[in-house]
Amino acid sequence: MSGKKPRRRRRQRAAGYAVLASGLLVIGVAYAAVTGAGSAATAATASGPSAADIAQGKAIFADTCSSCHGMNAQGTSAGPSLVGAGAAAVDFQMSTGRMPGKDFDAEMPRKPVTFTTAQIHQVADYVSSLGGGPAIPSPAMVSSAGADVALGQQLFITNCSQCHNFAGAGGALTYGKYAPALTHSTPTQMYEAMLTGPEAMPVFSDTTVTPAQKRAIIAYVTKVRSEPNPGGFSLGRIGPVTEGLVAFLGGIAALVFAAIWITMKRRET
Amino acid sequence: MTKSKTEEALEGTGRFFDDRLRAARATTAFLRKLYPDHWTFLLGEIALYSFVILLLTGTFLTLFFQPSMSEVVYHGVYTPLRGVRMSEAYASTLNISFDVRGGLLMRQVHHWAALLFMAAIFVHMLRIFFTAAYRKPRELNWLIGIVMLTLGLLEGLFGYSLPDDLLSGTGLRITQGVLQSIPIVGTYGSYFLFGGEYPGNIIIPRLYIIHVLLIPALLLALISAHLFLMFHQKHTQMPGKGRTNANVIGAPTYPYFAAKTGAFFFFIFAVLGLLSTFAQINPIWLFGPYNPSGITAGSQPDFYMGPLEGALRIMPAWEWNVAGHTFAFNVFIPALVPLGVLFTAAALWPFLEQWITGDRSEHHVNDRPRNAPTRTGLGMAAVTFWGVLWLEGANDILADQLQIPLYTLTWIARVAVFVGPVVAYWVTKRICLGLQRKDAHLLEHGVETGIIRQLPTGEYVELTRPVDDEKLAVLEYNRVGAPELPPAGPAEDADGVPAPETRSALGRLRLGLNRVVSEGIPVGDGHGNGHGDGHGNGHAAPAAVTAGEQGGDPPDGPARPAPDQGGPDGGDTGH
Amino acid sequence: MSETEGSGQEFPSGDGAEELPEPRAPHRVIGTPPPAEARTLLEAPPAEEGPVEPRWLPAEPSDLPQAKRAERVVAALFILSMLASIGFIAAYIGLELGSIGGVQRSNLALGVAMSVAFGALAVGAVIWVKYLMPKVEMTEERHPLASSPQERAEFAETFNEGAEASGFVKRKLLRRTLIAASVPLAVAPLVLLRDMGPLPGTSLRHTVWRKGMRLLVYGPNTPLRAADFAIPGQMITVVPDGYQDDLDALAKATTIILKFAPGQLMPPTNLNWTVDGIVAYSKICTHVGCPVALYEQTTHHILCPCHQSTFDATRGAEVLFGPAARPLPQLPLGTDAQGFLVATSDYHEPVGPSFWERG
Repeated sequence: MSGKKPRRRRRQRAAGYAVLASGLLVIGVAYAAVTGAGSAATAATASGPSAADIAQGKAIFADTCSSCHGMNAQGTSAGPSLVGAGAAAVDFQMSTGRMPGKDFDAEMPRKPVTFTTAQIHQVADYVSSLGGGPAIPSPAMVSSAGADVALGQQLFITNCSQCHNFAGAGGALTYGKYAPALTHSTPTQMYEAMLTGPEAMPVFSDTTVTPAQKRAIIAYVTKVRSEPNPGGFSLGRIGPVTEGLVAFLGGIAALVFAAIWITMKRRET
Repeated sequence: MTKSKTEEALEGTGRFFDDRLRAARATTAFLRKLYPDHWTFLLGEIALYSFVILLLTGTFLTLFFQPSMSEVVYHGVYTPLRGVRMSEAYASTLNISFDVRGGLLMRQVHHWAALLFMAAIFVHMLRIFFTAAYRKPRELNWLIGIVMLTLGLLEGLFGYSLPDDLLSGTGLRITQGVLQSIPIVGTYGSYFLFGGEYPGNIIIPRLYIIHVLLIPALLLALISAHLFLMFHQKHTQMPGKGRTNANVIGAPTYPYFAAKTGAFFFFIFAVLGLLSTFAQINPIWLFGPYNPSGITAGSQPDFYMGPLEGALRIMPAWEWNVAGHTFAFNVFIPALVPLGVLFTAAALWPFLEQWITGDRSEHHVNDRPRNAPTRTGLGMAAVTFWGVLWLEGANDILADQLQIPLYTLTWIARVAVFVGPVVAYWVTKRICLGLQRKDAHLLEHGVETGIIRQLPTGEYVELTRPVDDEKLAVLEYNRVGAPELPPAGPAEDADGVPAPETRSALGRLRLGLNRVVSEGIPVGDGHGNGHGDGHGNGHAAPAAVTAGEQGGDPPDGPARPAPDQGGPDGGDTGH
Repeated sequence: MSETEGSGQEFPSGDGAEELPEPRAPHRVIGTPPPAEARTLLEAPPAEEGPVEPRWLPAEPSDLPQAKRAERVVAALFILSMLASIGFIAAYIGLELGSIGGVQRSNLALGVAMSVAFGALAVGAVIWVKYLMPKVEMTEERHPLASSPQERAEFAETFNEGAEASGFVKRKLLRRTLIAASVPLAVAPLVLLRDMGPLPGTSLRHTVWRKGMRLLVYGPNTPLRAADFAIPGQMITVVPDGYQDDLDALAKATTIILKFAPGQLMPPTNLNWTVDGIVAYSKICTHVGCPVALYEQTTHHILCPCHQSTFDATRGAEVLFGPAARPLPQLPLGTDAQGFLVATSDYHEPVGPSFWERG
């Protein structure tokens, strides 16, 4: 019976860990409280871009974008001027990951996004401060609630599907360019793309296709792309090409196997 | 003898009909008719039963479809199109898809069956071509088949245009533009077909009656003729042991063939069912109703019209304006020439081959493709030609999916459409001749057994055994130089005077073509190097089944090759 | 009563048959005992009703235990098929449509039931043929298809004598007047088709565009001011005011307008027909009439999705690539008093695909 000493040591050891844990907990909560309050304070003043945001944006721009677009976004031989491009264009390009550009191919593809939303907005604020341009649409502007989906269908078929395909599955353009599939585009990105006409896409300004009409188009696209395929797997929603392939490789192939089985002669000794 | 009730009932029924029809003998002959067995013989059945399924599902669809172009505003189940103006045809198709139970399934079965029908016709036609089953007496059936293929193309085009959706409407627009471009009669044809300006309001009802009545009636008549000829002339058979030009070896209709063909019908229906459950086809609600101001990227027709589409894309811009009139070569050449040439060549081929080879005898045993390298090569050339145009028809899809620039694909196709068939012909012919060499080797030297023996002299030899009977019959049948393929006649007589028919230009052409067609590897030569002259082993003149030789057996049993020179013991070793 | 006499079962075939090849039915080597069914130990075979007749087909397959197993498999498959068919009917009755999801479920259920019903029947039937029917390979003769000379002669005689007896051959007046009667009779049904459609006349040469007609943005169908279409790189589809619901008119009159920066538009674009760098081209492709609408802002190319005809929008839509042989017609534009874009006349050439009388 050595008794008391081990019990005491155990109690001390446990107590030590308890102090450490509670200390961490206290510090953590205090920190969260402090920073939480801090960001709340910033949000309260975020009706327009703050000077801090613009400065942040300028810093990011200088690091990431100026090598092609110039220190003042005036453009270089490697990249166009962004003066007047507007926050919407910046938000579109960066939130889809197209910018910062990496492989300079026929077209900038959608890539994993490099920056946080806050950072992208800061860069957008900075670029917007240089020469104005279309603003980032608000959530209300891109919401599908109450949108005229029938009008959206008509506008989509008339002005969009010839490049993006009837279901937004994308299509080929010339010289290796392509109209991308719309499967991953957010409503905001769709609005911004229509507004700013990225790369080869034409511009659909708000005076030609009004904000309400843009909402209608967005409502149609988001509705169609999310709806189930009642007839089975969609085969890509690109039309008769895949259907023909499946008819041969699925239908005829299966029936050829069936025919071989039916007429197979069993070897008998 | 006591009979069961069932037997009595059956006998009673039989007597009822026979008393009125004298049906016993004909029915017995029919039930006892033999059918040779090979899986390739079932390809035509895929087409036949797909057609039956098309009739069944099509009838269902006609109960709900409205062939009218009057405009309505949609207020049905499919919410994205609510409030959209569309034709009644389109609205009724939406109704079938979303409001009729089983409607979408029947629509999908109908469309998949149409694709399967056309695919089966192509595969069946290729089988007939490569095994030369179109030879006398079956040229008529070949021609009927080509007509049915053409009717099938039209039937499918008209059928998928009925829902009046954006994709098929674009196809109709292209059809109208092609029709309009035809010299002299084009504009009249277009205005007559569409009842005035495009799109008008009568084309859908007109296509409807053509699609549900006129063409199906023609197809039914032609299918009946096609099957009757096959019955009457008896089906061909593949070369094999005991199979000659004067017999049929197989199992009788009743119960074997009836059961097998019935089973295959169910297989086809099951495969179509699986396709229609798991693979969505022609989702017209996604296309939207037809509007001449709108279009989708990736506008293609169904696959069997693909080569026409590809021909239109591949053609350079060539138009000729003279004296106030326009020759739109860029449109009517691709529309009429490539498929026109292919189908005409196919229709004439049996007769052309008869002229070249001089072979006008009946053929009831199929050829092996390798034994007719020129024919097989030409067939592959035609397939390549069709295939290049078909792929070009999907060039924007291919450009997008494979990331190849659009114009590059068109340029590749422009070259490949001419170069490809030539290359395909040459490569196929060489492959066939190589396979013939392999067969000749097997016949001359037997099958390697893998057993090595050492001779007393120290030499090692591999033992071979003769090819077994079944395989021997297949290898020996209808080889180049064998009696079944006679040459066109001696080019010169004993004194070196050329035969009269070879002196004209046409005669010389025929002789030259005959030499090309007869190229092959004869057996027993041992040095086959592709320069066989078609006069083989000096067999007697072909003993085809001709009139006046009733019951005469053609001497076409398997001719044994020269005895093994390989192993010392050419008999059973390790059998 | 199975037949097991000797090795190699022979089946009677057509007359004059040549020596048959070995059939694929199993044969016995001489010396082995016959299969169990034929062996009798003590009992005499059951009394038969007469001499044993040669059968056309054997009654049982050769491998009876396997056949019994196969029968069970086939029966199970047929029962599965029955259940699937019942399931089909149940799914039809039980599953409601009413939404896309409902249609999807119904299609899945009905389709699977149908496929299983037919598939099980199919597999069952094939197993039946393969394992439950005795193997046979029979031979029958082919006879040459050509009829015998006697038959041909008889036909020729029938045909010729009948022709003579009819008088058709000898009596020229009869024959000729009959042919004369049939020709217009055959032509008349074709003539009946004349009213299928009107004659084209000159209608292919014109569209409905007229001087002063406003351009409407297709869809909302609202007119458009030049000032509202001011950003270079813009494109939109427009239709003539009053014809937005007339598909026949739209099939020729649909137009696209594009906005360019100053100095970008060049001959052969007719600059008199533009307004502030806004140019209008026919949206109907001059190849075979598809709407040509893929506009690439960066290259100024208008691409037709059907057959890839490509037009240069800065140079009067002249053809750069593809099968189209003529540039897209340009619509003369102007503005009205309120600043809305209007056409100042119809197109100056026929739009759309070429035709014989176009010239």
